[in-house]
Amino acid sequence: MTDALLFATLNGLVTGLLLFMLASGVTLIFSMMGVLNFAHASFYMLGAYFAFSLSQPLGFWPALLLAPLLTGVLGALVERHGLRHVHRHGPVAELVLTFGLAFLIEELVQLFWGRATQDFRVPALLDFPLFTLFGQDFPAWRAFMLLLSLGIFALLYAGLTRTRYGLILRAAITHPQTVANLGHNVPRIFMLAFGVGTGLAGLAGVIAGPVLGTWPGMAASLGSLVFVIVVIGGLGSLTGAFVAALLIGLLQSWAIASSVGMADVLALLGLSFPPDHPLRDLWRLTLPQVAPLLPYLLLVLMLLLRPAGLAGNREN
Amino acid sequence: MFCTPPAALRRIVLAAGLGLSALFSPLTLAQEPIRIAFIDPQSGSFAATGNSAYRVLSFAAEHFYNSKGGVLGGRRLEVVALDNKAAVADSQLQLRRAISEGMQFVFSGQSSAVASALSTGIERHNERNPDARVLLLNYAAVDPVLTEDACSFWHFRFDAHADMKMAVMADHIAANPAITRVYVIGQDYSFGQAVGAAAARLLPARRADLQLVGNELHPIGQVKDFTPYISKIVASGANAVVTGNWGADMVALARGIADAGLDLPVYTFYAAYDGITRTLGEAGRNRIHMVHNDHANPFPSDERRDFTLAFEAAHPELNVTQPRLVNTLMMLVQAMEAAGSSDPLQVALALEDSRLTTMTGEQVWMRPQDHQLFAPLHVSVHTDEGIEFDLDRSGFGLRTVHTTPLEETLTPSSCQMQRPAP
Repeated sequence: MTDALLFATLNGLVTGLLLFMLASGVTLIFSMMGVLNFAHASFYMLGAYFAFSLSQPLGFWPALLLAPLLTGVLGALVERHGLRHVHRHGPVAELVLTFGLAFLIEELVQLFWGRATQDFRVPALLDFPLFTLFGQDFPAWRAFMLLLSLGIFALLYAGLTRTRYGLILRAAITHPQTVANLGHNVPRIFMLAFGVGTGLAGLAGVIAGPVLGTWPGMAASLGSLVFVIVVIGGLGSLTGAFVAALLIGLLQSWAIASSVGMADVLALLGLSFPPDHPLRDLWRLTLPQVAPLLPYLLLVLMLLLRPAGLAGNREN
Repeated sequence: MFCTPPAALRRIVLAAGLGLSALFSPLTLAQEPIRIAFIDPQSGSFAATGNSAYRVLSFAAEHFYNSKGGVLGGRRLEVVALDNKAAVADSQLQLRRAISEGMQFVFSGQSSAVASALSTGIERHNERNPDARVLLLNYAAVDPVLTEDACSFWHFRFDAHADMKMAVMADHIAANPAITRVYVIGQDYSFGQAVGAAAARLLPARRADLQLVGNELHPIGQVKDFTPYISKIVASGANAVVTGNWGADMVALARGIADAGLDLPVYTFYAAYDGITRTLGEAGRNRIHMVHNDHANPFPSDERRDFTLAFEAAHPELNVTQPRLVNTLMMLVQAMEAAGSSDPLQVALALEDSRLTTMTGEQVWMRPQDHQLFAPLHVSVHTDEGIEFDLDRSGFGLRTVHTTPLEETLTPSSCQMQRPAP
């Protein structure tokens, strides 16, 4: 039992940190501009596809550097030529723009790369088992994912709190007029923040692409989960997003690793139902089966009990 | 606005038009293609499986019939792909579209849930519209219920169902004394559940010391990372894994097995083709077994070899993933020629109790009681030794190690079929 739990925890951490990389970008963009970027998971998908295409002629490692840059530049352009123009029409207009962008990107990806899953593989350098525990290997690539995600969090945190640009960024969140009066180009700061956010999504795509599959549905599969994390963590809080992402990753992983189900609950209550009972599907439910539902259940609970999220600090 | 031509001229033109159309109409009727609706996923999680199946079917239609003058006196076979994204609702929409466009033959196979919905929909439609009937040719959906409790006169299944395949698999597992603890994992829908139920029923009955240590169901088409499930398999102490997973779910499971370095034999129904073989690669050598129809390497006939070479020349990035599609098409055409028409009722009557010698040289039989095909079943292993035709350009492929003859795959029929009035 403990070995399953250990691996479940490790996997939960890897998934959670990957989700955090996505959620951090959304949080950053939301803090800056009050825009919930619905197309964020689409930039994640673009990152994976760009890395796949770039890795063919250049190899994986240059692609790892270039693809997030490319995605970031694309994001900055979207902000400059799209969001900035609809900003005056209010937050709903910006939301609808990003929503439409998500659809557009998905169709464009299918147009250029086709609908099949791309053969994007883990680089040979890291394609080996790092260690074996209780008869199961832990791939080195996942350890790399873990370290990279932690490194990004540390870099982001340090960048926002210690560097000058980080200070200007944080000041522009709460006092954009004052910052503008001090002579900083606030629109350009916003554009850069958007670029950094989408670049982070692209990076998440590059490292997740070989593991979770590079296919046109990859944005849709993670998109809603990212918003769940952002809301649970609290809109605008990076630390909240970190905790929420880890929580969701671990929760799903532990749920799958367990083998409890309704049968155990019924046994506890001393109830039993005949096999042809009309609600038999309910009585046969197990926790691994409902694991995909758990983040959304948590979301509903959080909205009912603590709408601001775990560490929410932006209300407008 | 336009000056009308004089009356005499109009009569001449009319007569000429009628004469020409009378001259050409028998030819146009004869040239009218037989359109086959291919209702399977062309996008979404299972796009690869549906797409390669569509290519195999279209190529077979071209290779065997259209290039040689067509069927029923010169009619071309036209396969039309209707994307259903492996979803029941989309399948029903596509069925309605196919019917409205006058298509009388529906091929479907990816997902028993879809096949079940189509079978019910077609049965209902045929009851209400006896002059516009449709036939369902199910080439791969193998939930047993489709030819048992939910059997239909208008549904024909061209692959052995899950219970038949599980029986062969159980025999093969029981013959290996090293296997004592089996873990079953499957997709959470009708077929996956049927496999789990069949395994629970058949495996412990084969040998006293053979037990099931897990029967796991996961959401279909959604799990990309099987590592947590692999952890459970390892924790259960299993020494063999059984799964009915197909398509993208089998790719992801294969990757999980390869990544975890799991050194157990895995018994499957669909662990080959469409990226699965490439993902398994070295890690799966001589450990991944598949129960399926149609003999794998070494191919027993030149016709099979020629077809494969021709298909791979036309589609270098694909393989002949489902030869049962070719068998289905051949039996359909054989029935059409025997009935002398493309009327679904006549074709259905001709299909019942028909036999075909497949391009691999095997004899297959369509049982009239339940419209279930019976054929020799094979157990093949994923390997790179003795492989003439590899898959996914990986150097690895399937080598057949055991064949169960048709007679030994026969199962009793519980179908109570409602036959249409003659």
